[in-house]
Amino acid sequence: MIKIINGEVYDPINGINGEVRDIYVKDGVISGEDAGGRTIDASGMVVMPGGLDMHCHIAGPKVNIARKMRPEDHRGDVQHKTALMRSGTAGSVPTTFTTGYRYAAMGYTTAFDAAVPPLAARHAHEELNDTPVVDKGFYVLMGNNEFIMQQIAAGNKEQLRDFVAWLLQATKAYAIKIVNPGGVEMWKSLRNVHTLDDQVTGFGVTPRQIIQNLADTAKDLGLPHRLHIHCNNLGIAGNWQTTLETMKALDGRNGHLTHIQFHSYGGEPGGLFQSKTAELVDYINNHPNLSVDVGQVMFGDTTSMTGDGPLGYLLYQATGRKWVNVDVENEEGCGIVPIEYKDKSYIHATQWAIGLEWFLMMQDPWRIALTTDHPNGASFMSYPRIIRLLMDREYRKEMIQKANQKALAKTTLPDLDREYSLYEIAIITRAAPARLLGLQNKGQLGVGADADITIYDKNSDWEKMFAVPRYVIKNGSVLVEDGELRENVFGRTFFVNPSYNPDIETTIHEYFDKYYTVEFENYPVQLDHYLPNHVAVDCRP
Amino acid sequence: MQYDHVVCAFCGCLCDDIGVTVEEGQITQTKNTCVLGKAWFMEHGKPQDLPVARINGQPASLEEGINAAAEILADAHYPMLYGLSSTSCEAQRQVIALAEILGGSIDCCTSVCHGPSGMAVQGVGEPTCSLGEVKNRADLLIYWGSNPAESHPRHMAHYAVTQKGMFIPNGRKDRTVVMVDVRRSLSARAADIVIIIKPGKDYEVLWALRALILGHKIEADSLASTGVTLEQLTDLADRMKKCKFGVIFVGQGLTQSRGKFMNTTAAFLLVRDMNKTNKFALIPMRGHGNVTGIDNVMAWQTGYPFGVNFSMGYPRFNPGEFTIVDVLSRGEADALLSVASDPVASLPSTARRRINEIPVIAIDTHESETTRIAKVAFTTTTAGIGAEGTAYRMDNIPLHLSKVLPSPFPSDEELFVRLISRVKELTS
Repeated sequence: MIKIINGEVYDPINGINGEVRDIYVKDGVISGEDAGGRTIDASGMVVMPGGLDMHCHIAGPKVNIARKMRPEDHRGDVQHKTALMRSGTAGSVPTTFTTGYRYAAMGYTTAFDAAVPPLAARHAHEELNDTPVVDKGFYVLMGNNEFIMQQIAAGNKEQLRDFVAWLLQATKAYAIKIVNPGGVEMWKSLRNVHTLDDQVTGFGVTPRQIIQNLADTAKDLGLPHRLHIHCNNLGIAGNWQTTLETMKALDGRNGHLTHIQFHSYGGEPGGLFQSKTAELVDYINNHPNLSVDVGQVMFGDTTSMTGDGPLGYLLYQATGRKWVNVDVENEEGCGIVPIEYKDKSYIHATQWAIGLEWFLMMQDPWRIALTTDHPNGASFMSYPRIIRLLMDREYRKEMIQKANQKALAKTTLPDLDREYSLYEIAIITRAAPARLLGLQNKGQLGVGADADITIYDKNSDWEKMFAVPRYVIKNGSVLVEDGELRENVFGRTFFVNPSYNPDIETTIHEYFDKYYTVEFENYPVQLDHYLPNHVAVDCRP
Repeated sequence: MQYDHVVCAFCGCLCDDIGVTVEEGQITQTKNTCVLGKAWFMEHGKPQDLPVARINGQPASLEEGINAAAEILADAHYPMLYGLSSTSCEAQRQVIALAEILGGSIDCCTSVCHGPSGMAVQGVGEPTCSLGEVKNRADLLIYWGSNPAESHPRHMAHYAVTQKGMFIPNGRKDRTVVMVDVRRSLSARAADIVIIIKPGKDYEVLWALRALILGHKIEADSLASTGVTLEQLTDLADRMKKCKFGVIFVGQGLTQSRGKFMNTTAAFLLVRDMNKTNKFALIPMRGHGNVTGIDNVMAWQTGYPFGVNFSMGYPRFNPGEFTIVDVLSRGEADALLSVASDPVASLPSTARRRINEIPVIAIDTHESETTRIAKVAFTTTTAGIGAEGTAYRMDNIPLHLSKVLPSPFPSDEELFVRLISRVKELTS
């Protein structure tokens, strides 16, 4: 039991904007009554729900290949073992233990990996079990699944729905993710799709059909999170039109367009980027069915890892650096390339500016979440700096001066004067992602919510303030004090359990016998073995 | 009792369609196994009279064994932990934790098999795929320095050569199979084309092939020392450029012959270059049942796939410095813990010399040369027969291993949980 008194509370879901009020914790959740216990005097401090990263890459095969591939990325950034903590290494792709500790030390208490191939679900769960402190889960890749494309092509809506539900259950995933729908399948023969209406060879479907059908399926199954979409043509000049087409194709259906920064480029393919943020923001402002996270780019060396195989090859061609490509049978692919974002580069500076434009131009903070698409745009460790860029106009101007001036002059960023308030920061880092994920007990401090609480010493340097919280409380235990871990726990894995007609299993079984190399019976993840500490989130069809 | 869809965790193929019949506590029959897998199941638990622990060759209780082993480890200044390719990921997680507590080095069989493939990945990356992609799409298969008929007997039939797949409707007829090796191995019978290279000349041949693919001219004479003719190589290059999807399976003939990581780097670069025009991938033929798993667990816990040292309190990686053969040959380690491996039988004499000088703790499911010379030896049950767990196939696909037999012995995981707890008592 804990009570936090005298703190300035920012809890947007409950409409609390900086009021000084007391918060009580009992049995790991927020309580309406003072039940005694430790008192934390938060005078002069800011109290928020724990941070929630709704789109990062922290577990599973491509993350782990990136670790294996980049010893040079780890050796300068290490985690010593302590009485409480396992050792590890970091850089852009930290080891599992280090990932959990660093999120916690930054006041983040929940993180979702955004792209796991179904066949590797067991691997992702194994890594999540070695990721301490945070609550977690992952989205499973479906946008290039051959069985799914066949059902869509045949117009079998029911079979599609049953299969998707079966796959979510088999993998113990939280949401449906699509990555370059149709394009990754095409990459299996070195091709790609370029518009929403290109045919996926051999399957008779288009990206548009995949997007629409899976958005419908997410709704029909009553999944807590809407369809999570990595659009076609990521990173290609002129791709904003594809992004706009994707938004239009959703046609009122709910959809979350992830790392939108990477999809907001004008210009001609192969040429220089221009910002098309204004056009896309304008559309989103008028379409409440759409939400985004940013995928902010920050300058420095990082590792690009994507389920978008052809994009990986494009980055390899652009950088000439080492390149991993993995194609996974019947399901997906991935590409991994180290990348350095340089402030003097025209393209990189444009990307940086577009991300910030998204934050500053989006009217409704409830439909935009702070992400870097860790580690693609930058490490999650750069969130405090991004918060400063959003809250401190003068600092932002200073940083704008350091970036490629020709590039910046072609964006609206230098003209944007908006400064985020603490309330708005609490929305884009806590309340909005929790709401978008349908996690009722996260991102808020109302009675009954998970007692995941971050308490910051107020500091006019917002980066310093958000980098080292004074206290981090997770499920009612004070885990971090003054930036140091005081208690080590393991969080829970969240997944969904949608129901389906079991007749579909006969059809899936036949499909497995023909095209998989793993037996149908050996495919589903064993719940008790791989998710020892889990929460099944209800679906509401 | 009949079990179906059992995973055979003997080799890196991890075939998961195995049938196992258990009668009166013994495995009496298996279905779908190859000769190696059949022996792995049928010979399980033999000889039957092994004690759970031995100290200096004398039977001891598990607790006595754990005490003795913990004392050796707690007294050591530089313990070396090694093996891990034939146990579960769950056990591997514990052994890495132990290495960290001890501040020792930990290395796995990767460093003496496909470590050079791992180093090639670190140098140039890796275009690869799952085995189902091979089954469904690959029309050109090149086994290089690999003899699957004897090392992975079901690889060709279950995954690669004879399987029918989505875009390979006729199976074997739709594929061209090439064997590149230093001799005509048993696998050559399954090949359409056999290319025999002189030992130690893989790098030269790969580099020449790469040049041909990139459109460079090669003098026939320059290949004289390789045993391969320009005609053979040109024919192979043409086939590679005409295929829809080609896959090179890299064996230890490439990783452990002269050139080592330069050989694998050449192969990886060749495959990378191919992707300018043709879909191409490469899969290392990982040997032991879960050697791919230890690479993965090491990577997610330490950031590095093998050859890791914890002396500084955090993981450091340096092949040649923290790898088993090097640490032992330089006479550095002052205790050795071997898990699910037989270093006495498999390591070079320079390393064995050091093993004979230092206390050895051996954990294995059966008697081996290492358990025989160990100061403390434990008998554990086999992951996938007597204990559940997880293993990763050669293409990084994770599978769940089930338990089909009760065992009088602890699993590796259980043993290490207890050993860690005793070591912590002694060192705190």
